[in-house]
Amino acid sequence: MSRQSFSALALLRRGLSGHLGWQKQWRKPEPKASYDAIIVGGGGHGLGAAYYLAKEHGLTNIAVLEKGWIGGGNTGRNTTIIRSNYLFNESAALYDHSVKLWENLSQVLNYNVMFSPRGVMMLAHTVHDIQVFKRHVHANRCNGVDNEWLEPSQAKEFCPPLNIEDNIRYPVLGAALQRRGGTARHDAVAWGYARAADALGVDIIENCEVTGITRGAGGAVEGLETSRGLIRTRKVGVSAAGNTSVVLALAGVRLPLESYPLQALVSEPIKPIFPCVVMSNTIHAYISQSDKGELVIGAGTDAYTSYTQRGALHINTHTLDAICELFPTFRRMRMMRNWGGIVDVTPDRSPIIAKTPVPGLYVNCGWGTGGFKATPGSAHVFAWTIARDEPHPINAPFTIERFRDGYLIDEAAAAAVAH
Amino acid sequence: MLLIVCPYCGKRPELEFTYGGQAHLARPVEPAELDDQAWTDFLYMRTNIKGIYAERWRHARGCGRFFNALRDTTTDHFLSFYKTGEPMPDIAAAKASAALGNRALPENGK
Repeated sequence: MSRQSFSALALLRRGLSGHLGWQKQWRKPEPKASYDAIIVGGGGHGLGAAYYLAKEHGLTNIAVLEKGWIGGGNTGRNTTIIRSNYLFNESAALYDHSVKLWENLSQVLNYNVMFSPRGVMMLAHTVHDIQVFKRHVHANRCNGVDNEWLEPSQAKEFCPPLNIEDNIRYPVLGAALQRRGGTARHDAVAWGYARAADALGVDIIENCEVTGITRGAGGAVEGLETSRGLIRTRKVGVSAAGNTSVVLALAGVRLPLESYPLQALVSEPIKPIFPCVVMSNTIHAYISQSDKGELVIGAGTDAYTSYTQRGALHINTHTLDAICELFPTFRRMRMMRNWGGIVDVTPDRSPIIAKTPVPGLYVNCGWGTGGFKATPGSAHVFAWTIARDEPHPINAPFTIERFRDGYLIDEAAAAAVAH
Repeated sequence: MLLIVCPYCGKRPELEFTYGGQAHLARPVEPAELDDQAWTDFLYMRTNIKGIYAERWRHARGCGRFFNALRDTTTDHFLSFYKTGEPMPDIAAAKASAALGNRALPENGK
């Protein structure tokens, strides 16, 4: 179907005519009786997979089922940080594949996802941090991923609000900087993929919860029971984040996942003051400034598994303690909103993008606390896996069987990521 | 923040506790006899239930002891607390008592 293209000229023309005449960006179709493939979960990863299935694999008779509204789960709840400075070869390949797709995603989708490679700086506060981060810098360079070591004065130059005095509880001893890292507008990622997938004929069906997985005599997937009726299909890709265990249990598949609440919060909007993304894993602070002016702050996971999409206040205050020490100028700012999302965490803190023991059932899960950055790359290789019934070389190591066979991708202990 | 009733010390804030994950997972008596899949199940597979979950807590900044709890992971409301070694309470009964406002839960332990 034809779709209005976004451009400066189109914006000018619509602006002069009172912004009337913009089209709806995607349809709201009724589910058909059957599809060639169905994606369960209308977040960035699921909508992206549908887009790449249609765009690169010619599967256009497909649908995305979302139990709520698209982009309403973790896609709309994260702190939008994008980076690829992971330690191991497998992870570096996966996350850098994603960063490369981020770099021209707005052009490819003709939708401004506001990707801003403003640099992600990770602070070191202990001798151990220094050693680990320098190891990361070298490992990343071996994998062609940019990452550089900064002394405290260089870190302050890169991020002027940073406090590098040595009289705080955990002084800044240095930093690792990935300049290609940055942020993007998370809602726009879901909307951009939805719009582009819809234009290729993909049905995006909201308020449609999967309640059962129908299987044939040989065990293969034959359809999905949903809150909007039975839909037949032979391929199902599940991209349901914190609810993946629940969906896969419908087919009797067990996964090494636990679902935890992860929280974030934003401040009142202020003028531009914060030029980059700063992360401190040791004292747990993640902070950047949105284009709207809010400071976007990521807190940690709660201790216990939960599906409530909310967490405890002490998790947020712990993070704010660290923020106030690192950036004393923010001490009197007010926080406007906080919220939680449910993240699916694997034992080795690496994702699973793989076939399952059930023929025709595929899963993309286990992104834990860091899935947003991977959205385009994850969606791209998941679409490949579904279309060809075999993994892309990049996601081949990210199987379920790695837990049985001992090939863990153990980013938990030594990674640049805080989990 | 959760309010957790330690069966030994009574009701305390969550900050005094550490989480111990799924309860009633017995370490295999003869690990050498397990095949890889069974060992994987023991090490890594958790039920991750959306509903009533039996889980372990440890009163780390109190008496130091482990105990078990039933919690609804869709609301974070506790239904029951019980000592390690005691059988898992009947979920229907625990739900019924929780519907009465958790009055069955001890305020100050035993």
